[in-house]
Amino acid sequence: MTVGLTHFLILGTILFSLGLYTVFAKRSAIAILMGIELMLNAVNVNLIAFNRYVAPESHIGQIFSVFVIVVAAAEVAVGLALVISIYRDRISTNVDDLDWLKW
Amino acid sequence: MNFSLLSSEMLAAGLGTGLLILGLIAPKTENRRGFGYITAFGLLAVLVATFFQYGINQSTFHELWIVDDYSVFMKQVFIVAAILVVLSAVDFVETLPRFRGEFFALIVYALLGMMVMASANDLITIYVGLELMTITFFVLVAYQLGDGRSSEAGIKYLILGSVSSAVLLYGMSILYGLTGTTTIPEMLTKLTWSPILVVAIVMLIGGFGFKISLVPFHMWSPDIYEGAPTPITAFLAVASKAAGFAVMVRVFLLGLPLEGAVDWMLLISLLAGITMVIGNVVAIPQTNIKRMLAYSSVAQAGYMIAGLMSMDAPGVKGILFYSMIYVVANVGAFTVATLVRRALDTDTIADYAGLGQRQPLLASTLTICLLSLAGIPPLSGFVGKFYIFQAVMDKGILWPAFVGFVMSMISVYYYLNVALYMWRDDPKDDRPVPVPGPAKLVIVLSLVVTVVLGVYPGPLGELATMAAKSLF
Repeated sequence: MTVGLTHFLILGTILFSLGLYTVFAKRSAIAILMGIELMLNAVNVNLIAFNRYVAPESHIGQIFSVFVIVVAAAEVAVGLALVISIYRDRISTNVDDLDWLKW
Repeated sequence: MNFSLLSSEMLAAGLGTGLLILGLIAPKTENRRGFGYITAFGLLAVLVATFFQYGINQSTFHELWIVDDYSVFMKQVFIVAAILVVLSAVDFVETLPRFRGEFFALIVYALLGMMVMASANDLITIYVGLELMTITFFVLVAYQLGDGRSSEAGIKYLILGSVSSAVLLYGMSILYGLTGTTTIPEMLTKLTWSPILVVAIVMLIGGFGFKISLVPFHMWSPDIYEGAPTPITAFLAVASKAAGFAVMVRVFLLGLPLEGAVDWMLLISLLAGITMVIGNVVAIPQTNIKRMLAYSSVAQAGYMIAGLMSMDAPGVKGILFYSMIYVVANVGAFTVATLVRRALDTDTIADYAGLGQRQPLLASTLTICLLSLAGIPPLSGFVGKFYIFQAVMDKGILWPAFVGFVMSMISVYYYLNVALYMWRDDPKDDRPVPVPGPAKLVIVLSLVVTVVLGVYPGPLGELATMAAKSLF
C-alpha cells in the first residue's frame, strides 16, 4: 500500500476535528490556544499534500503554509499576552470565569 | 512589477511605523494629543493619494494584487472611518493608563490590513490582510488595561476570531486542492460541482460571516462591542465589517461560479433573511447602547449582504454606497456614546435621559444617525437601502425588499426609544457633558454628511457606480 493524497487529507481532517473539539471542550484558555494551533496545522498538512499531489509544478501551497505558520505565531504571541492580562484581573485562566459580558 | 500600485499601502505603513518611532522618542511626560492630529493629517494625505488611483484597473505580482476602482472606493471607506475614529479618540486616549502613543499606530496598522484585503486578488493575500487586521484588533479591543471587561472582550475575540480564521483557512485549502491555484479569477474557470466544494463554501461563508457578523456567526459581536473601548468598537463595527464585505463580494462574485458548481446564493440569501430578522428583533430588549448598536449592526449586515443577491453592478453599487453612509452614521452614534461614557460613566440607554436639554448637539446627532440607520427618508440610510433593494428587485427577487422594509419599520421602534429618552425625559442630574474640539468635528461632520447625502446622493452614487462597474 502506498501513501497517497487521501491519507494526508484524512490526517488533516482528524487534526482539524481534534483541534475544534479541544476549543469547545477545554476550559483553560491555554489549552484552547493549543487547539487553535492544531486546526491551523491541519490546514498546513492539507496545503502541503495538495501541493505535492495536485499541483506539483508550482509551490503555491508551500508558500501559503509558510504564511500560515508566521501568522499563527503572531496570533499565539498576542493570545498569550492576553491570557496574562486576564490572569492579572481574575487570578484564573478558566474561560468559565469570563462571564462579565453576557448576552 | 508595478510598485506604484502599492503607493497608498506604503504611505499607510510608513505612517504607522513613523508613529511607533515617534512614540519612542517623545518624552514620556508629554501628552499624546498631538499623535492623534498627526495620524489624522497623515490619513488625510493617504486619502488624497487614493484619488489618483481611480481608473488604473491593473493587477501586479502575478495577479496577487489588483487595483481597480472597486478596491480604491473600499479603501476610501476604510480611511474615512479611520480618520473619524482617530479624531473621536484624541481625548479618549488621554484616559488610558499606558501605551497611549501606540494606540494610533495600531489603528493605522489595522487600516493597512483592510486596505490589503480590498486589493487582494489571491487567497494568500486575502489571508495575510485579514490576519493583519484581526490580530491588531485583538490588541486594540483589550487596550484598556486594568478594565477587566476590556481584556475579557479581547480574549473572547481572540479565541472566536482565531477559530473562524482557521475554519476559513481550511475552506481555502480545499479550494486550492480543487483548482491547484489560489488566484481568484483562475478559480472561477476551474471549479466544478463536487461534494467537497459544498464543504469549502460553507467554511468560507462561516469565516467571512464571522467578520461581517452574519447571523449564526454573530454571537461574538455584542460581547466584544460592549467590552472594547468605544472608539475601537466604532472602528470594529464599521471598518472591519466593510473590509469583510470587500473581500466577500470579490471572492464570491469573481471566484465561485454559480452555474455548474455549487449554488452558494441559496445559503447567502437564507442567511441574509435570517440576519435581518434576528438582528432587529434581538435589538429591541437591549438596555445598553453599545449592545443595541451591536445588534443593529448585525441587522445592517443583513441589508448589505442582500445586495449580493442581484449579482450585478447595481447591487454592488448599493453595497458600496451603503458601507460609506453606514460608516458615517455609526461613527457619529459611537462618538456620542464615547462622550456620554466619559462624562457620566454609563452606557445604559435609560441614563441618556434629558440629553436633549443638557447637550442638544449630541442628542440631535444621535437621533439623526439612528434615524438614518433605520432608513427614514430623507436621510442617507434610506437612499442606501433604496439602491440595494432596487437592484435586487430589478432581478425579480422581491422577498428581501419586503423583509427589509418590515424589519426597518421594526428597527424604528428601538432607535426612536433612545430618542424618546433623550428628548422627553428630564435629566437625572445636571453634570455637564463636555464636547472636546476634535470630537465635535466628528459629530458635526457625521451629522452634515448623513443629511446631505440623503438629499443629494448624486456624486457619491456615481462614484460607487463607477467602482462597481470595474468588477464586471
